[in-house]
Amino acid sequence: MIPGQKQLSNLEELLEGIWKQNPVFVMVLGMCPVLAVSVSAVNALSMGLATLFVLLGSTLLVSLLRNVVPREVRIATYILIIATFVTVVDYLIQAISLAVYDALGAFIQLIVVNCVILGRAEAHASKNPPGRALLNALGMGVGFAIGLFAIGAVREILGAGKLFGFALFGPDFQPWVIMVLPPGGFFVLGAWLLLFNWLNSRKAAPVKPVEGHAHV
Amino acid sequence: MNAASVPPSQPSTPSAAMIRTLGLVATVCGILIVTAYEGTLEAVAANKKLALERAVFKVIPGASSVKEFVVGPTGVQPAGNGVPEGAVKLYAAYDQAGSLKGLAAEGAAKGYSDTVRVLYAYDPEKQAITGIGVVSMRETPGIGDKIYTDAAFLKNFEALDVTLSADLKSLANAVKVVKHGGKQNPWEIDAIAGATVTCKAVGKGINESAQKLLPLLLPHLDKLKAGEPARPTPHPAASPPLSKRGQGGFDSGSASSQRLNPPQPPFEKGGSRASHAEGAAS
Repeated sequence: MIPGQKQLSNLEELLEGIWKQNPVFVMVLGMCPVLAVSVSAVNALSMGLATLFVLLGSTLLVSLLRNVVPREVRIATYILIIATFVTVVDYLIQAISLAVYDALGAFIQLIVVNCVILGRAEAHASKNPPGRALLNALGMGVGFAIGLFAIGAVREILGAGKLFGFALFGPDFQPWVIMVLPPGGFFVLGAWLLLFNWLNSRKAAPVKPVEGHAHV
Repeated sequence: MNAASVPPSQPSTPSAAMIRTLGLVATVCGILIVTAYEGTLEAVAANKKLALERAVFKVIPGASSVKEFVVGPTGVQPAGNGVPEGAVKLYAAYDQAGSLKGLAAEGAAKGYSDTVRVLYAYDPEKQAITGIGVVSMRETPGIGDKIYTDAAFLKNFEALDVTLSADLKSLANAVKVVKHGGKQNPWEIDAIAGATVTCKAVGKGINESAQKLLPLLLPHLDKLKAGEPARPTPHPAASPPLSKRGQGGFDSGSASSQRLNPPQPPFEKGGSRASHAEGAAS
């Protein structure tokens, strides 16, 4: 437990990443894969799951080794551990589906430098016992996957008229191609951030007039 | 030195401990990686084979098995490890009875954002490309991916002419990508409006690969047809009819209509060959 910080319950620890500290919508971390891979729901979900796997594996190892690793070499150790799990997940995806592997391309290897994962290792796993660290990592990973999926689904629906490859609209639907292009990623991310901030600000300050901020 | 640089609140860690920790973690990580590699090796290889078969079967309908060959200046050999210098990889598809259904090879060229790799089916009897499939590409979604969704574009590859020239050293007409709506000859590809760069990459990839592969392949076609091309030392005289035909091409002088004669008897190609001649004349 971090001194000066109140102990969270297990459920709160889990929900931290899914809602309160959602890596995509609240912390806005790991934007490189979020924007690049979220062109379709399947890609987004695969990336989310791959990141979740790496997050869980590296968190467990970092947490187990937290009292052994000297401070001076901790970053090197974390990167080594994270790179290991990324390599493992790289092989696993190739074994499961080459189509997904080709679709995700270099972004699987780039999970190594995903700041969500290094951030968790440094800020949480290195200071907490394995159970708690895993719970937090699970929340963060699921939160990241949800964020990716939310963006990927909207982009696929609007940009291709499909969800999970199934056509949703009739043949007359004219896809908004811009949505599957990079600008579309920013549009959809912006829209989700807007929604999240609006929800949070409403919840956080029900008495305070929101208009006050708007005029600043 | 260490007393001055390290803050007093932090006890300095001995170097040996740091090296020991890093070494230990690296060892554990190494074991993990090797385990994952060994564990998935078979599944990955099976997946790759399946993906290749699926791609080949898509461009050659009716095929039920695929064999990989390497076609080089020394002849056709079953693909082993890697492709030797100057050789081209070729996939031969056979049907249930074991007779040759068609040939497929890969072409690659730089597209809009990365290399576009396509697999094309070659029909030796028609002397034409009869279908393409995309192996990998990173073109703009919704624009570049029209090369495998646009039916009008794919129609270009139902019978794309790749007849060899009379000397059997190159294509009689290089495969060319023309502006949308500009296709006049059977060796031209009608580009998709708005995705010209990607279409050009497809055409360039096919042209480069066919220019290299087909002249090498032709003398050995019979062996592939027999379905037992595994002989490691192909003899140059193994296919006398073809070499004779090649000779005839040389001897026939400069009569251009003669030069266009494909070494294989053309089937149902009267129409396209007529336009061939027209194209050459105009």
